[in-house]
Amino acid sequence: MAKVVVVTSGKGGVGKTTSTAALGAALAQSGANVVVVDFDVGLRNLDLVMGAERRVVFDLINVVQGDARLPQALIRDKRIDTLSLLPASQTRDKDALTAEGVQKVIADLREKFDWVICDSPAGIEKGAVMAMRHADIAIVVTNPEVSSVRDSDRIIGLLDSKTEKAENGDRIEKHLLLTRYDPGRAARGEMLKVEDVLEILSIPLLGIIPESEEVLRASNLGSPVTLLNPTSAPARAYIDAAKRLRGEVLDVVVPLERKGFIGRLFGRKVA
Amino acid sequence: MNLIALFRRRSSAPVARERLQVLLAHERAATGKSDLLMTLQDEILAVIARHFTIDRDKVQIKLDRGDTVSTLEIDVELPSLVRAREAARA
Repeated sequence: MAKVVVVTSGKGGVGKTTSTAALGAALAQSGANVVVVDFDVGLRNLDLVMGAERRVVFDLINVVQGDARLPQALIRDKRIDTLSLLPASQTRDKDALTAEGVQKVIADLREKFDWVICDSPAGIEKGAVMAMRHADIAIVVTNPEVSSVRDSDRIIGLLDSKTEKAENGDRIEKHLLLTRYDPGRAARGEMLKVEDVLEILSIPLLGIIPESEEVLRASNLGSPVTLLNPTSAPARAYIDAAKRLRGEVLDVVVPLERKGFIGRLFGRKVA
Repeated sequence: MNLIALFRRRSSAPVARERLQVLLAHERAATGKSDLLMTLQDEILAVIARHFTIDRDKVQIKLDRGDTVSTLEIDVELPSLVRAREAARA
């Protein structure tokens, strides 16, 4: 059974696209057939983060409007052949997405792939609602920072009211992905702790991605961080999060960068 | 003094946590109201307004959906009868 996942947050710039690429690649590396779908119509960036910006010919809008067939728009990743990208349109706006069109595309993607990962635009408008509409699972990307937590709370409300599952009286599975976390600053009382965010948002934790220079390096080079440097701290955190998404039960730890220090080889247990 | 200031500056996370808890308690109450509830509130208000002069803010409607039982709670604060009669005579 294919799983449709939406990566959402409300607030912009918290790491939705980075997380979509990293989780998609990690799932694909384990052998699953994965497609990452960019729903940010008009401001597409998943193609850039995945390093496929020069290979875009057709996009989601072309498929939704029937101007291209789905296989024509899908871009197969050059590094992992079980990973594909469905880019968003850069020239159109979100009104070009129709409810029926999106429903059809998602249904077709369910046939072809094991995982359909939808990268939501920021905000709570039509584009974000379209991206979450048909999801089975939602990943709420949150920074340990007041405005991000507030917006995540709002998005959780939308997930519980505007998704197909919610309207049918089902519950959509929701997970928290805490990104840009600095365990040192949290310990010193300078940053919200994991427990604080979990208590406020009260949804289960999928993973904690530590603040890391590797994330920017990966996007600079157009590669998901899980492919570029799989042993780096953020990559290990994403790989563990992907395993949890598949149903594995793992302790949540904040991986630290390896600096030849034996104690640092293993992450610090936090939750 | 400087030491206290330094200490205060460092412990900003508990402040963030408390501000969020207070804010979200309010926002959840405000945005948690569904369209159905807003419609119900308007219609109930309209019916009562035919018989009493009431304050819009004094009608509270809550809907709790449980697994087995759902409850609709309507709380209307009416003006005192004396004042209502006086208002009617005037």
